[in-house]
Amino acid sequence: MIRTRTVAGVELAIAERGEGPPLLFLHPGEGLEPDRPWLDLLARRFRVIAPFHPGWGGSALPDWVGSVDDLAYLYLDLADALELENAALVGADFGGWIAAEMVARSAARFARLALVAPLGVKFGGVLERDIVDMHAVSRDRFLELAWAEPARGDVDMTTLPDATLEAIARGREAFALFGWKPYMHNPRLRHWLHRIALPALVLSGAADRITGPGYDARWQAALPDARGETIADAGHFPLWEQPDATVAALTRFLAPR
Amino acid sequence: MRTWYFSEMAYHPAWEAGLARGSLRVVLPNGNVDPDIAHGLLTRYLDEFALCDEVGLDIMVNEHHATATCMTVSVPMALAIIARETKRARLLSLGNPIANRPDPVRVAEEMAWLDVLSNGRTELGLVKGAAYEIAPANSNPARIMRRYWEAHDLILKALSTHDGPFSWEGEYFHYRNVNIWPRPIQQPHPPIWMTGMSAATGRVAAERGHVVGTLLSGGIAKPMFDAYRARAHELGWEAGPDRMAYAAVIGVGHTRAEGHRRADLIAGYVRTAPVVAEPFTNPPGYNTIPANVAMLKAGKKKGRIVADRNGNLIDASKASVEDLMATDTVFAGTPDDVFEQIRDFSARMGGVGHLLFFGQGGFLDHKDTVENIRLFAAEVAPRLRDLHPPRRAAAE
Repeated sequence: MIRTRTVAGVELAIAERGEGPPLLFLHPGEGLEPDRPWLDLLARRFRVIAPFHPGWGGSALPDWVGSVDDLAYLYLDLADALELENAALVGADFGGWIAAEMVARSAARFARLALVAPLGVKFGGVLERDIVDMHAVSRDRFLELAWAEPARGDVDMTTLPDATLEAIARGREAFALFGWKPYMHNPRLRHWLHRIALPALVLSGAADRITGPGYDARWQAALPDARGETIADAGHFPLWEQPDATVAALTRFLAPR
Repeated sequence: MRTWYFSEMAYHPAWEAGLARGSLRVVLPNGNVDPDIAHGLLTRYLDEFALCDEVGLDIMVNEHHATATCMTVSVPMALAIIARETKRARLLSLGNPIANRPDPVRVAEEMAWLDVLSNGRTELGLVKGAAYEIAPANSNPARIMRRYWEAHDLILKALSTHDGPFSWEGEYFHYRNVNIWPRPIQQPHPPIWMTGMSAATGRVAAERGHVVGTLLSGGIAKPMFDAYRARAHELGWEAGPDRMAYAAVIGVGHTRAEGHRRADLIAGYVRTAPVVAEPFTNPPGYNTIPANVAMLKAGKKKGRIVADRNGNLIDASKASVEDLMATDTVFAGTPDDVFEQIRDFSARMGGVGHLLFFGQGGFLDHKDTVENIRLFAAEVAPRLRDLHPPRRAAAE
């Protein structure tokens, strides 16, 4: 079910599924993809609250919203409005960047943090690329870099309804708005990761070539209390490519029996 | 109709390498440029601009970046040289890519300086820039037009304010002491031009009264000019031909065959310039959502197909001069042929007051370029100057 809720004047479309402990999920730049199996799998154990970021899906993008700071405060407001307590915070790709920005500010409503192939931090030098320039490669090349098996990510856009294509185009534009420069990271965030005292999990796809080798390990090392885990036969989107294994790994960490 | 000669100052010796690489822009390494050859070409191209002043043509300069198609990297730099080498020609920047310029006050400063240097001969085009200019500038394609309009408003205010400094605390630009020296000779500011490819651009240009220009396609120009005139009419004024500009490849010769040969050589530019690596052709946010929906529905591009004015589909990358004449991309032939083609085109467009004369493009050599310029200036431009295009499009 998708419902809308207005937070800080921003109308958000939110997919909400399942019952159990609350889990706020922040989606990748590619979109939420709520119809892929991952969401129902996760909803077996959690009350999953998955907003479309402003500009994606049915969420509005007001003129004044334009930075990841805005998104971090927006979702902290959302967590307040939902009165979340001891919630899990899960962010994938771009959503991982937003999640880190949130809990560097306040982790009051969250008990655990899981980052799935996160973006948002730069560790390397000026001539090193931590994150591939996804906007300088063809769509085919992007799929090769982002998926262990590119065919799993390939969608024939020509057959999709106009409303879906419009949402894709809006989401791509919003992704550029938030992540174009500096490219997909906040140069200052690395220096504030020490504030994230929550137990954290950094989940990586073994075949992820969107971020450079060792990138997720550096994330893990920079967080005060983090462990790492790798999903086999998955690229940059393990929840989509290996939903069972990825949801199982998340569940082990977020809701241990 | 005024005629403005322009040339992109191409580095055509690298075009073959660019075609082999699948991109003449952005990703073609500059190891493909021999700077000594570039020196000779730049000198030659500037001589050709100077010739235009002698023969009574006006001059237009544009800029592109990281490309074998155009070595002009800075309009103000090129026009500063041309201003010193010319006496009469008006000097059109078309233009300053202000959506990609981090410092609009610098743009105002440089163009005011140019207006002073040229003794009030400057015309100022404020352009969005092509899609593939986003990458070399690394400017954000999202909300590009909001940034464009803020820069536009700031530049016009900087040019026309005489009792500054003033402060500007906007969404994209922040200054506390704007006070450009010198100020332009033309007050409140030099004539302003815009470029575009859509009816929407026609409307917004009309709202400001700017000249609006487009290039190489009558099918694109007509709806934009119509929208301009309609919007001006709504706002209580009638937009004449002097608000409409059009760029075309033009080859003129003493014989029809010679004119076509020259046009064919210049049109090599049209066939190669759009060859750009895929991701740089449509950065997200650069084009509107409906345009993106249409592109997603169409799937992968198979050549660059355009419709000519009779509805025939043409692949622009392989088009002949005759094909390109049918899309109003090229005017070619004897002086009489070319005059008649432009006259008829202007009538179909409802009146075009500015012709942007794409008179050199890559492989047209210096001797041919000089003859193209001289013959056009002597035999075609005077007749265009006397042409009084109708206010309304001819019946179709």
